Amino acid sequence: MSENKYTGLNCPIPITEYPRILLAHGGGGRLMHQLIDKIFATAFANPHLETAHDGAVFDTESKKTAFTTDSYVVDPLFFPGGDIGKLAVDGTVNDLAMCGARPLYLSAGFIIEEGFAMDDLWKIALSMRDAADEAEVSIVTGDTKVVDKGRGHGVFINTAGVGVINHDRNISPSSVQPGDIIIVNGDIGRHGMAIMAKRENLSFETTIESDCAPLAATVKNMLDANIEIHCLRDLTRGGLAASLVEIASTSGFKIEIEEKNIPACDEVRGACEILGFDPIYVANEGRMVIFVPEKEADRTMSILRESSSWPDATVIGRVIDNRTGIVTMKSLIGAERIIDMLSGEQLPRIC
Amino acid sequence: MKYVDEFRDPSAAARYVRQIARITSRNWTIMEVCGGQTHAILKSGIDQLIPQRINLLHGPGCPVCVTPVELIDKAVAVAAMENAIFCSFGDMLRVPGSEKDLMSVRAEGGDIRTVYAPTDALKIALDNPDREVVFFGIGFETTAPANATLVYTAREQGLKNISILMAQVLIPPAMEAILNAPDNEVNGFLAAGHVCSVVGFEDYERLVAKHKIPIVVTGFEPLDILQGIYMTIAQLEEGRAEVENQYRRAVQRNGNTAAIKIMHEVFTIIDRKWRGLGIIPKSGLALDEKYIEFDAEKKFGVADITAEESTECISGLILQGKKKPHDCAAFGTRCTPEHPLGATMVSSEGACAAYYRYRKAIPGDDPKEKQ
Repeated sequence: MSENKYTGLNCPIPITEYPRILLAHGGGGRLMHQLIDKIFATAFANPHLETAHDGAVFDTESKKTAFTTDSYVVDPLFFPGGDIGKLAVDGTVNDLAMCGARPLYLSAGFIIEEGFAMDDLWKIALSMRDAADEAEVSIVTGDTKVVDKGRGHGVFINTAGVGVINHDRNISPSSVQPGDIIIVNGDIGRHGMAIMAKRENLSFETTIESDCAPLAATVKNMLDANIEIHCLRDLTRGGLAASLVEIASTSGFKIEIEEKNIPACDEVRGACEILGFDPIYVANEGRMVIFVPEKEADRTMSILRESSSWPDATVIGRVIDNRTGIVTMKSLIGAERIIDMLSGEQLPRIC
Repeated sequence: MKYVDEFRDPSAAARYVRQIARITSRNWTIMEVCGGQTHAILKSGIDQLIPQRINLLHGPGCPVCVTPVELIDKAVAVAAMENAIFCSFGDMLRVPGSEKDLMSVRAEGGDIRTVYAPTDALKIALDNPDREVVFFGIGFETTAPANATLVYTAREQGLKNISILMAQVLIPPAMEAILNAPDNEVNGFLAAGHVCSVVGFEDYERLVAKHKIPIVVTGFEPLDILQGIYMTIAQLEEGRAEVENQYRRAVQRNGNTAAIKIMHEVFTIIDRKWRGLGIIPKSGLALDEKYIEFDAEKKFGVADITAEESTECISGLILQGKKKPHDCAAFGTRCTPEHPLGATMVSSEGACAAYYRYRKAIPGDDPKEKQ
């Protein structure tokens, strides 16, 4: 994310006063209250926070409620296309959206390392506010802890989220049916390669920007159009491969995808070629797979491409009436191979 | 994407598959030397497309896999030292030593860093003048020039706090060891294109003259490999034995002269032990006397550590092409990428890892049927 975004919004705790987080900022005294008031309450301002209560109290008036949590420890904290703050909001919003829920409220817990730059914390808080505004959610409760220098990595953030479900669809891997079409909403692998390039100081001809984005509005568009969604899954750390393997294994049906249909931009493909990576295992933060019956494929694609600004949405495969619960991919030269999860991270090839 | 898509073109691949089938009149066994080629073959499914009469054996060309267990033990000993920063390519961290792997040393507090290039270690040494930085110098002729440059630069800059744990090996002597084995089955080689891009292929001309076996310098894309197989089969069917260069867009007969020069400056050729293959004469590189102060084994007194290979793991036979991963009783059960018994299951270039990742369980596709 370009630093320009923060121009004109000066950190409310002047640098001359406290340029860096002190242990005392987590000590429960005046400094902590000042930090919360001036940074978090200022950035996230909403009526729930103004009550300054121990927790947020709200009425959801929904048929069902979805609830999720995730922790964010990304290194580097700021990367092309986003930062830990945007990630912490979008990630949790997306987890709610994948349940078919409309995200409403988030909590935000911060574990900050002593010595962390106050200005960076302010940038992260503003970025969270922007992401929350974009996803139409409110950050209504939170927590701040400070740990000794050397015991953290700048800042770790945990967010939990509550969303409402006002429809009767069961959007989950168990609803997947043979014949379902599998759609991905855009090109894969940007987030993982953006982080890796920044963290390992790898320079390519062009900067790869993270795909970090909220998916809730897109899911809402599909639900509003009454699309018969069977399953949604956002693609995170294990990439497209891990998400499909999880769904195939839970649903019990075989999934077949075609390598030639997997969308990935030249920058990501090129970086993967150099390092010996496969884009299907690279992390994403704004991508999901959508399982719909074949009869809904065209309508879904037009919602994605036209009303949800995913011009690169692509049909990548289908669910097969075969109870093996595995994922296979037809290679570019026409042979079939199995897709499995990796044991850990992908490692660059040596020679 | 330019320079990639044209080498994965499905219709060209189908044409090559047909041509290979047309000229193949009997059973042939071809070994692809490089682990990168093994992975490309399994990933794109070339082994499923070519005639069953062609048996592809997977060679010793995985730098992680051929590093003997005692070198891992030496690395573990050095990495556990109080003041050390141990720098390694990521694959090496999970290779089991006699007692533990480098990942466990890290969990116990050792400062072990994954690097992407030897020069990263140089920077770490400059940034940490009070620490001893050790780089794990593994690989074939492909990594040798960059590793030599690390040592050369360290000497130029007068750095005293960096050293290299040498595990560097050479490919042609290993190919010769396979050919010299009494039960050798290999009829032809796909030579490793990247190795040849550094050192050229003059060495292979001697091998071909002595052993009368076709060697085709081959690249890594599906069409490269299919063309390499076609050229090898054509030689075999016509009774020829020559060195041919499929990978002309990257490889010249004399190789990369600047890279060879720095290798000769910094390294000297020695006998080296390979995992599963034992000691192969003149198959390794060590630091030349002039650079001996950068030798981590000598600097930290670990040269005498020895160890025996695990008895259950058959990676030695796999690296020689005598067995395939599915032939191992532990494959996919007691030995998996999460709990590897041997290096061939760890490395992204290892044959067992390739079989595990791409071939584990396609129903109705038993790779044994093809053997």
